[in-house]
Amino acid sequence: MHVVIPYVVAALLFALGVYGVLRRRNAILVLMAVELMLNAVNLILVAADSTIKSALTGVQPEAWANPVPEPRAGAIFALFVIVLAAAEVGVGLAIVLQYYRLRRAVILDDVELYRHDHERVTG
Amino acid sequence: MTAAVLIAGIPLLLGIAGLLLPPGDDEGRRRPAAALGIAGAAASLLVTLGLLLFARKPIELSTHWISLGDVDLTLGISVGHAALYVALAVCVVALFVQIYSVAYLHDDPRYAPYAAQISLFTGAMLLVVTSGDLIGVLVGWEVMGACSYLLIGHDRRLPEAPAAAVKAFLVTRVGDVGFLLGVAILIVDAGTSRIADVLTEAPHPAALILILAGVAGKSAQFPLHTWLPDAMAGPTPISALIHAATMVAAGVYVVFRLYPLYEQSPAALAVLGVMAAITILLGALSAMAQDDLKRVLAWSTVSQIGYMTGALAVGSPAAALFHLLTHAAFKALLFLAAGAVIHAVGTNYLSRMGGLREHMPITFWSFVAGLGALAGLPPLAGFWSKENVLTAATHATEGGGAVPVWVAWLVWLAGLFAVGLTAWYATRLLLWAFFGVSRAHGPDGPDWEVGFDDARYTQPALPHDPPAAMRWPILLLAIPSALLGLAAFAPGFRTALELDEPHLGVAIVLPLVLLALGATTAWWLWREVPGVDPATALGPARPLLAAGFRFDDLQDRFIVRPTRALARAVTTVDEKVVDATVEGTGTTTSRVGEALAYAHRMSLPAAAAAVLAGALLLGAVAVLFGAAA
Amino acid sequence: MTVADALMLALGAIAVGSGVFVVTSTHLVRAGFYLVVSLGAIAGLYLVLGAELVAWVQILVYVGAVVVLMLFAVMLTRAPIGPSKDLDRPALPAALIGGGVGLGLTVLLVDAFRWTEFELPPPGTGRRVGEQIFGAWVLPFEVLSILLLAALVGAIVLSRPDIGARPDPNAGPEPEGPPPGPVDESEEVVARLQRIAERQAAAQQRVRDQRAAAERAEQAELDVVEGELVEEARQTDPLADVVLRAHEARPKPGGPPPEPKRELPGAPEREED
Repeated sequence: MHVVIPYVVAALLFALGVYGVLRRRNAILVLMAVELMLNAVNLILVAADSTIKSALTGVQPEAWANPVPEPRAGAIFALFVIVLAAAEVGVGLAIVLQYYRLRRAVILDDVELYRHDHERVTG
Repeated sequence: MTAAVLIAGIPLLLGIAGLLLPPGDDEGRRRPAAALGIAGAAASLLVTLGLLLFARKPIELSTHWISLGDVDLTLGISVGHAALYVALAVCVVALFVQIYSVAYLHDDPRYAPYAAQISLFTGAMLLVVTSGDLIGVLVGWEVMGACSYLLIGHDRRLPEAPAAAVKAFLVTRVGDVGFLLGVAILIVDAGTSRIADVLTEAPHPAALILILAGVAGKSAQFPLHTWLPDAMAGPTPISALIHAATMVAAGVYVVFRLYPLYEQSPAALAVLGVMAAITILLGALSAMAQDDLKRVLAWSTVSQIGYMTGALAVGSPAAALFHLLTHAAFKALLFLAAGAVIHAVGTNYLSRMGGLREHMPITFWSFVAGLGALAGLPPLAGFWSKENVLTAATHATEGGGAVPVWVAWLVWLAGLFAVGLTAWYATRLLLWAFFGVSRAHGPDGPDWEVGFDDARYTQPALPHDPPAAMRWPILLLAIPSALLGLAAFAPGFRTALELDEPHLGVAIVLPLVLLALGATTAWWLWREVPGVDPATALGPARPLLAAGFRFDDLQDRFIVRPTRALARAVTTVDEKVVDATVEGTGTTTSRVGEALAYAHRMSLPAAAAAVLAGALLLGAVAVLFGAAA
Repeated sequence: MTVADALMLALGAIAVGSGVFVVTSTHLVRAGFYLVVSLGAIAGLYLVLGAELVAWVQILVYVGAVVVLMLFAVMLTRAPIGPSKDLDRPALPAALIGGGVGLGLTVLLVDAFRWTEFELPPPGTGRRVGEQIFGAWVLPFEVLSILLLAALVGAIVLSRPDIGARPDPNAGPEPEGPPPGPVDESEEVVARLQRIAERQAAAQQRVRDQRAAAERAEQAELDVVEGELVEEARQTDPLADVVLRAHEARPKPGGPPPEPKRELPGAPEREED
């Protein structure tokens, strides 16, 4: 198995995610691009997880590097990231919907961060 | 004998108490001020007299104060008979000045602080005289500087008074820096500040010359004499105090006190001698051309103090001290009498006086006594003391003393020549002010203005002798002016000063001839062209002499202006570099802050792009430099 | 080139290709579906890499939940069915940064791993992951559960405006009409919100009117005062007055001395002398 393949796939996906975040104006599409980036990271974690065993062959593991009998935590991390992504999507979509309720649009360019004059925002 | 502490202590304490009195013009406020001032001087005088009569041997009190490393600082009193005589002179002059001032400043609203400052001034001088410790001398020395500043600048309505006060303070301060350094070297060398112990050490010549700088400042010696004529802006009694008793005498007294050290250093004595010779001639020549009555007297003080330092330089401290005492008497008399004249005619320009003899007989005769003593007319006081100084110089020219022979010749010649000059300007002053017709109305009619309204008097109809409070001090001071010289025949006085017995030999002929020559020339000039100032005979040299050889201009050109330019440059550097750096830091920070705040308000997409681009940049940098490393 | 390599290449191509469509599609809904394809392909990659549980969780959570949620959001924000014109910004900065990131990461990873052959790990089972989660990683797991709870509560609070709503005096009236989309508020809540909005609008209008009236009055007053000031300054210039008077009153240095306060004490004595 050539591990460089999933790594390159992950790199390309991450790049696509960055491109999407910067290119898209619609908040939902931006969230999708963020999901792409998260999955790229997950892919790297899983790929590293599945190859670390063979990569470490012949290396005497240090005590701090080997907290559990089988050090394959990459998959666990991937699971955690998936959970985080789910939470992120939940809160993010709630914000998007609330914003849509206020503004009838989900265009990020129109979000004004520094103007706290509610009258002007709504009027 | 601990009463010796009181000599300086009483005036100092009463002076400080007097400063706390509220200023004011009404009688209720003036009385306590006057009482405090007169009581201080009188009590000091009584203590001094008592000690003089009952103390058999010198009083030495010393207490250890503090140890700084190897240096022991002490506080102490050391009063010999010579010091007591000087203290006596100071007290007498101060007492008369206080009494005189009550009348002279009878409607000055700031009389109370004035009287208190005189007390402080007197106390500081007495501290210098009686202190047995260099620290005490230094303290008194500096307090005198401060008091002279306050008193010279007393009359704020005069345009020149504040400038004169500042000048007096700054010029003497230049010398005081040297004095402080010299005293510090002496103390460190000896390991103690007690004068008796300091005198036993071999001195550092630099310390002695540094102290001479301070002496030149306080005693108005060349080249730091320029403050004294300008100090005439102060009230006339203050001039009497400064010239006769306190300020200028302090320098001479300090050299007298440290004389055992100076005896060991021909270099210091040579410096002192050259300084004295220049000062004698400079003062006498400048006094010849002045039109201002007080300035004539001021320049004569410069010249007479030159005699004292000259006597010190040629190895006769006794003669110096004797001349100090007689000078205190006749100069106080002259200034107080001059105050009476100014009080009466409302100006101090000689060209506005004349013909005062009939109207002010008491003042006139006081002036005769004072000027006679100043010129050295036998048998008045100045004759004996000046004769002593010249004899000492003659002795020193024979060699064998500590001082180089050429310095002794210089002092002797200067002193001798100045006798003639002194006689000339004394005669001119007397004739020009008191004889002839009154020039009070000037050539342009009667509507001239009062040039010096020191005591804020309007022009009286006719000049007159002063009121009693001013008259009696003058009369009483005339006695020692006339007779103090005869004290040289009193064995007790001679012993106290270690003075030689006066011997009227052939040596006195030469000064007397010069005296007669000077006086006659002045009289002849006055007689020959009536109504014209004898000083016009000086011709083109007169403006130069009147300006004191333009030393003020020289100092202004070569010291004051460069110093000011330097100060301006430093200010500019401070404002443009130091301040600008500090302020620039603040400005830059707020500008950067504004820029960052602007960046913070960027729209979301732009911010996201910036963040990601930054991350990319950082990653690229890390990879590139990581790979390079 | 093994079977695993071939599979990974194929799945990777699918994932990246559909990812490209996700970020370039002009149809919102299509972007969502391309995302499904891309995530599914990644799940396939996980399977090849031997992480079975992660793969199934990916399918369940991502494809099953996240994407569906997003499609709901697309629907609730009333996205158009057809292509949208205004979905994108100018491409250049995004392409530069994205391309830079992709190029950089690719170069980095390719340079790091080259064409190295690795031994494929044995297929993981749920047992191994379970042991690890509930053994070594139990604390992060619990923390994560709290995070999920917080996200849940947060999402609910955000999407229900009637929870914790404060009467904001500055807030303008609510958008007209019933709230759009998914918020199925009861009639009562809607009516209350409308009443609140109306009251606030009325109060704001009142305050605005008062403020405007006060400003008008102030302006009028100011105009009057300014007119008076100008008039007064024209009549007597106070500055000139101060300067000139001070100049005249200042003491003359060479002038006659001030009047004596008392008679000269010496004057009567002169006759005695």
